[in-house]
Formats: sequence, C-alpha cells, structure tokens
Amino acid sequence: MAINRRDNDLQRVFTRRALLLGTAQLGLFGALAARLYYLQVMESDRYALLAEENRISMRLLPPRRGRVLDRFGHELASNRRNYRVLIVAEQSRNVDATLEALSRLIQVDDSQKARVKREIERRRKFVPVVVAENLSWDDFAKINLHSPDLPGVQLDVGETRDYPYGAMFSHVVGYVGAVAENELGDDPLLELPGFRIGKSGVEKVYDERLRGRAGHSQIEVNAYGRAIRELRRNNGQPGDDLVLTIDADLQRFAMERFGEESGAAAVLDIHTGEILALVSNPGYDPNWFNVGITQAQWRQLNGDKYKPLINKAIQGQYPPGSTFKMLVGLAALEAGTMTPDTRVFCPGHVEFGNNTFHCWKRGGHGTMSLVSAIEESCDVYFYEAARRTGVDKIAEMAKRLGLGELTGVDLTGERKGLIPTRAWKQAVLGQPWAQGENLVIGIGQGYVTTTPLQLAVMAARLGNGGYAVTPRIVRADDGIGPVADQRPASQRWPKLDIKREHLDYVIDGMYGVTNRPRGSAAGSRISLAQFVMAGKTGSSQVRRISRLERETRVRKNEEKPWEERDHALFVAFAPIQAPRYACAVIVEHGGSGAKMAAPIARDIMIETQKLDPSRRARTPPGPTTASAAPAKGGG
Amino acid sequence: MPHWSSRGNDLSFGRKLRDVNWGLVLLITLIASTGFATLYSAAGGSLDPWADRQMVRFAIGMVVMVAIALTDIRVWMRLSYLVYAIGVVLLVAVELFGRVGMGAQRWLDVGIFHIQPSEIMKIALILTLARYFHGLSYDEVGRIRWLFIPLAIVLVPVGLVIKQPDLGTAMLLLASSGAVFFFAGVRAWKFIAVIVAGGAALPVAWNFLHDYQKKRVLTFMNPEEDPLGSGYHILQSKIALGSGGFAGKGYMQGTQSHLSFLPEKQTDFIFTMLAEEHGLIGALVLIALYILLIAYGYAIALRARSQYARLLAGGITTMLFLYVFINIAMVSGLVPVVGVPLPLVSYGGTAMMTLLVGLGLLINVYVHRDVEIPRHMSGL
Repeated sequence: MAINRRDNDLQRVFTRRALLLGTAQLGLFGALAARLYYLQVMESDRYALLAEENRISMRLLPPRRGRVLDRFGHELASNRRNYRVLIVAEQSRNVDATLEALSRLIQVDDSQKARVKREIERRRKFVPVVVAENLSWDDFAKINLHSPDLPGVQLDVGETRDYPYGAMFSHVVGYVGAVAENELGDDPLLELPGFRIGKSGVEKVYDERLRGRAGHSQIEVNAYGRAIRELRRNNGQPGDDLVLTIDADLQRFAMERFGEESGAAAVLDIHTGEILALVSNPGYDPNWFNVGITQAQWRQLNGDKYKPLINKAIQGQYPPGSTFKMLVGLAALEAGTMTPDTRVFCPGHVEFGNNTFHCWKRGGHGTMSLVSAIEESCDVYFYEAARRTGVDKIAEMAKRLGLGELTGVDLTGERKGLIPTRAWKQAVLGQPWAQGENLVIGIGQGYVTTTPLQLAVMAARLGNGGYAVTPRIVRADDGIGPVADQRPASQRWPKLDIKREHLDYVIDGMYGVTNRPRGSAAGSRISLAQFVMAGKTGSSQVRRISRLERETRVRKNEEKPWEERDHALFVAFAPIQAPRYACAVIVEHGGSGAKMAAPIARDIMIETQKLDPSRRARTPPGPTTASAAPAKGGG
Repeated sequence: MPHWSSRGNDLSFGRKLRDVNWGLVLLITLIASTGFATLYSAAGGSLDPWADRQMVRFAIGMVVMVAIALTDIRVWMRLSYLVYAIGVVLLVAVELFGRVGMGAQRWLDVGIFHIQPSEIMKIALILTLARYFHGLSYDEVGRIRWLFIPLAIVLVPVGLVIKQPDLGTAMLLLASSGAVFFFAGVRAWKFIAVIVAGGAALPVAWNFLHDYQKKRVLTFMNPEEDPLGSGYHILQSKIALGSGGFAGKGYMQGTQSHLSFLPEKQTDFIFTMLAEEHGLIGALVLIALYILLIAYGYAIALRARSQYARLLAGGITTMLFLYVFINIAMVSGLVPVVGVPLPLVSYGGTAMMTLLVGLGLLINVYVHRDVEIPRHMSGL
C-alpha cells in the first residue's frame, strides 16, 4: 500500500507538471504565432518591399545617339554596328581551349588572351568578357558558323560612333569619349560603363540633344546577381539627329584645296549666318578618340607643328593685316576724319615721331584715294587714316563688324581675338597709348588679332549692307535640303549704324582688289559674270622686321623658316551684284595673301556658288542689299 | 510475481499492431508530407535532389519506428543504460577521430554513412534518465543525494557535446533532461536555484564560447548591423517571412527562396520557405499540426501506468517541442541561429531518424501503456 501511495504521488506530480509544462509550451507556441503575425501581417509591407529590392535589379539601356548630318542629310557622325565576340566562363568547358579555337578563326594575340583570362578570374563565372571588338562581318560570320565548336562563345552586336568623313569634320563635329570624373552629373546614364559623351565640337555643344533618354530594364536577379528573367522594359528615347548648316561637298572641296598647307577657312551665308564650310587644316581622325587613342597617335597629334588638334577657324588668333583696312577706312569715313575724296601721297614710307613706317611697296603708290588704297592695299594711306581717326574709333567700328568678341558660334573653345583701345592698354599693360601705335593698327598689325570666323563675319556684314549677322552651325529649322526661310539679312538682323554710301566706297575698293588690273589680287579674279567676287588680301607679319634687315635687304618670305613667314589672308564675298556668301581664308605662314590665300578663296567661292542652286530654293533671295558697285570705278 | 501476469503485461503481436496509434502515424506522415512538398518546391519543382531522398528516408524510418513501437517496452528499459554507454563511447570517439563539419567535430565516418553521436545521445539520455528515476520513490526523488548520479549522467555527454563544440545540441540535451527531472518530481525550488545560479554564471560561460558562437549571439541581438555578414541569414529569413504576408506568394513562387537569398532553405530555414510561399495561414497550419502532435505526446504520457513509460513519453514530447520551438523562433529572429532542424520537415537523414526513433518510443509507450514495471527493474 505504501508503495502504491508513493506511486500515486509520482503519478500526481507527473500529471500536474505535464499539464504545467504543456500549458507553458502552448503559451510559447502562442508567442511564435504572435511573432509570425507581427512579421507577416503588421510588417508585411516593409518586408515585401525589401524582398522586391532584393530580387529586382534595374539596368539602364543606353539610348541610340542621334546622328550628325550635313544640310542635305549626309551622315557626318553615325552609329556603326560593333561586332563583338565574348566568352562566358561557366559555359565554356575549357577557356584556354576555346580561346585557342577562336584564335584559329580570328586574330587573338597572347596579350588579348591574357587580358581575357585576367578578367574572367576577377568577375563572376557567368559574366561575359569581351575577347575582341570591331570585327569585320566576315570574321563575325565565321565565328557564327563555328559556334557549335566554341562552347561559351557569345556574339554580340553593339553600337559605336563612326565618323565616315574622318578628319574632314574633326573640328566641326568633334568626337565622343569616355565620361570623365568631373563630367558626371544627374543623368545616371553617364555612370554606365563604356558610355560615351561629346568631348568637342557639336558632339559636345549639343550632347544632351544627341544623347537621348535612357531606357531601363527590370531584371529579376538571384542572390549571386545572375539575371533570371526580364520583368519590364522601357526602351527610352533615342537621341535626336542634328542637322548642320554645313554643306559636306563644299567642306570636302575646301579642305582638299588646302592640300598640305596649314590654315583655316570659313564660308558664311551673309543673310542667314549659316556656316557652309568651316575648315581647319590639318584635322585629325575623330575615330581615333572613339575607339581609344593610342600613345603613338596622341604623341603624333600633339607633336605636329601644324597643330591639328586646334580648330584654327575659331581658336586661331591672327593679326588681320591688310584685311583690316576696310574697317579702318569705314571708321575714318564715319568719323569724318577722311572723305572718299581725301588724297594721300604714298612715297613708300612715312615718318612719325622718331620712327619710319614703311609701305609694303618700297617705291610708293603715289597719290591714293580710299578706293584705290583698298584696291592696291596701300599702307601709307591707312597709316594716315588711322592717325587721324585714332584707335578708339577704329575699335568701335571693329566691334560693330564683329571683331574682338565671341561670334557666339555653337562650337567649343572659340577665342575672342583682341581689338585694343586706349583704355585696354592702360588697364592691361599699364601704359598710355602711343600715337605711333595708331599707325600700326591702321594696317591690322600690333595688338590686333582676329579669328578666321570673325573675319568671315566682318566680310558678311560688309557684304550684306551692314546688318549684324551672326554665324551658326546647326540649322535653325532642323530640316534637310533647301532652307524655306529665305528672308534677307535686312529682315533678320539689327542694322549696324553705317552709312550706305560709305559702305559702297569700301565695297568698290574690294571689287577693285580682284577685278581691276592694279588690284592686289587681280590674279584671283573670278571671270564668270554671275560669280564675281569682291575681296581683300592680307599678309600679316609674325615677326617685326628689324632696322638692320631694312638696311641690308628684307628677306623674301620664301627664304625665311616656315615659322617666321607672314600669314597669308584673304576675305571675300560674292556675287558682287547680289552678295550672298562671305568667306575668310588664312594660310598659316603662307607668305603673301595674294599668292597663297586669294587663289584658295577664289576656288572656294566659285565652288560655293556652283553648289548654290542645290542649296536653296530657286526663288531669288529677296531685295539685294549691296548696290552694283563696279559701275563706280575709281583709283 | 503477481503483477507480471496482470492485464496488459503480455500482449500478442496482433493486439500490439492494432494498438499502434495509427492516428498519430497519420499525423506524422502529414507533417513529413508538408516537408516533401516544400522540398519539391525548394528544388525548383523537382523531386531531385531532396524530396525523393527524404521520402526514402521517411519510409525506412517509418518501418524502424513501428518496429521500435512493437518491441516490448521492458526490452528498451533493459537496453537503456547500454545505449547510453554506447553513446558516451561514440562521443569520445568523435572527439578523437571525428570529421570536421561546419567548424565542429560532429561526425564519425563509419564506412557508408556518418554517425552523429550527439543525435544518439538525445534519445539515450531520455531513456537512461527515465530508467534511473523509475527506480526512485517520491521521497527519494526529493533528496539531493539521489540526484548526483542523474546529474552526472546528464553532464558527461553535455560536456562532450559542448567540447565538439555544438552549443545548440548541448542546450537541447540540457533542456530535455531538465524536463525529465521536472516530470520525475524533483522539487521545484531546486530548479529555481539552478536557474538563478546558471544566470549568475552566464558572464563566465560567455568567455568559454567560441568566436563564431559569440558572433551568432551578437548578430542575433542586432542583425541589421552586418546585413551582408553573419546577420545575413536572420535578415533574409525575416524578409522572406514578412514578404510572404498573410496568404503567401504561392507554391513555388517564393522569391527569397528560389532566388537563393534565403540560405539553407532545404534544411534549417525550411519553415521560412514554407511561410513565404503559404503565408501566415500555412505557417499556423503547420504549427497547429505540431501542437496536435505534442498534445498526443502528453496524452500518451498521462495514460501510461509506469513511471518509466511516463518519463519516456514526457521527455520525448518535450524534446519534440524544443526542436519545433527553437527552429521557428530561430528563423523568425526570436533566438540566435543555433542550427536546429524542423522535425520531420527539414532535409536530413540523421535528424529524421532520431525523431522517428523517438516517436517510435512514444507509440511504444502507448502500446504498452498498461504494462506494469516493478521499481527494482530499474537497477542494474
């Protein structure tokens, strides 16, 4: 009985404690249920979001970059298919063997193989690694044919920028390159590996228009980052095409006309300001930058004494020389310090203060008027005009004609040149203006520098009858082919306050330069009646001619080293009866403007006008602004 | 020996087979089947490599379970100490020749399969303690001197398991042993004293932990601190659970599991996967099945006539509870990650076998509920 009682005690204790422990365990299960309720109901939204963030990866899809076209739709910059071959390590049973097999089909050298293997080791097994790019279609097709024997090899067609004209448009179109650290902005596209943005030219200025908007693809990824499937896709917005005012045929002609010479040229429509050709010779191949320029290429471009990387048309700052003389004459007429009838005698030099100022013609021109002084480019006449008028009035006229300040052309790196004034000299050099310096300014030397484009603008403003045309290189209407808007300059641009009559005298002189027997560029006359050109030569000294040289013998340009020769310049507009095109040409260290620059300008102007009917509507361009100056004659 | 011949002491094989609690077997199969379905999903809709093997193991385990259930309970009682002794020998052997896995020595390589002595010890300890306490009267249980031997029985294997070092299993052994002590009638104040003393010793014990164990505890305290390091498991598990929501993402639709964000989805974190795909509803249904299983266990324990059978059933039921609770609490971030599988559901042969052996003993207690065992049978 005692045993039984104690057994019963044990059983009672067990029952009590089992119920106690069982209840406690039930309570703990309740806690688990509460915990699950908290996680799965109360906090569910937060965790659902975290799960989505885990699994969805956004990938940017780079948009197709817009093309750059000339005014007729020729592609100056386009996108070329880039055939690439890649290798995926995990799909290739043996990377070495696959590379070996691949190198029997296309050229894969040892350094490429080593790079591929390095990259494979660095990345995850399923990430494709580029073996070779820019394959020819034949190579691409060959690999495609053999793909069953090339496990892990993937073919891929990407896009890369292509400049079919090569160096011809290097300074206008510019080039694209990898994004630099300081160029990173709000656009996430810029952070995409391998993304290219415009680095110069219109590629840079209009980069955002050309770039387009990124698309994106939502990809489901696993914990290791491997893409499982695409959930959503938005292809984005491809970049806009950009239509330039340039005429590719004219550009090609002008560029080739320079040949081996280093120089620049700009051709403008004097009514619209459209730049039809903008040459800086020599250029460089922008494709080099796109693919990734080599050390050797970079050294070659930088070491070239012709400075192919500089856009001389807007960055080259040259003394305008005698091409400045129309402006000095106009300033004198407007200031009333000279009249069209004022006569100046040129004995070949003039004394001023303690200095002797020489005319380029040692024997002198004799008696000169404004028209004949422009025509024959008499220095003494303009020494006198500048002396009477003073630098500030000349600077004021230069400014009106577009010199000394940015033209505002939509390109990168434009320089201002320099038009000195008394105040400028005082402020910058801390010296008062010397009277003798007026004389130097009179022939476009001294402190004066201009860019070729500025000179073309000056010629255009003279040619269009004194309207403040400004240059542009991208078509305002985005159209292709003839421009519908044929309004003349008078309806487009503010009028410069220059008397028509004064302008006509200057234009008459410019007509004489190329069309009268004594004209300084009579040899570059355009004889076709409808294409007749008015112009002005310029030969600007790079180096002061010393007294010693004067006394012994002034060396001819041909005898000097290239760097010391004069720059040869020519500005022009045509046709004389209804001016439409202006141009400026500079041949660096070309010697004589008449011999080197004028023939190039003549040929360019002929070509410009020959191409003209295809360029605009057949209807004549409204009321002409320049009168038929040739009738007047003079000198 | 009058009670040897009393009702229920000698049962025919047919009677025993009829007496097997087939409802319980069905419940066990149901729980295991949720495991098969989840493993099928974990493999991305494939029996290979987990679900098929798990089914084979379960089938073998069921045969073993029924065989154990039908063997006379007194045979098991007689074998209890022997099994314990073998367990201790194997634990020493694993210390000397064991295979290193997951940074701890846990396996013995015996030809074609691995033995985890600590698994054997989970059952052996309960068998041994049940037999020992069966031999004590209520008064004896109340005296401290009778507790030295069972404490040694517990602490020797626990010490060896800690040395492996497998803290999770050691705690599990300690907790289920404690439950047997409690069921046996050890006075309540002694438990309070041990808990207080244990709490005081905690800072000292901390210094004996291995670095990875300390790290687990620390990351449990603040998993967000190191989301890509050791906090990753807990954080991803919570994200999977939470994003599953009330109704779940649907069978085979769990993004966290299928995209491999969830680690160990087929073993320790299988509950998370199930709850991600079937939501709170699915989770609660499975928990309800476990509650039913545990309730069965207690019902069997309460029906048993002998102290040995009661303690055996109570101990095994508690062990079952501990497995379920620790696993779910772990994956939901309530306790540190300790590496305890979800009974019958997690992929893994050893744990499956341990549990089915335990459940076989539970059914054995039910079949032999009326067998009377004299106290002296406890002795050697």
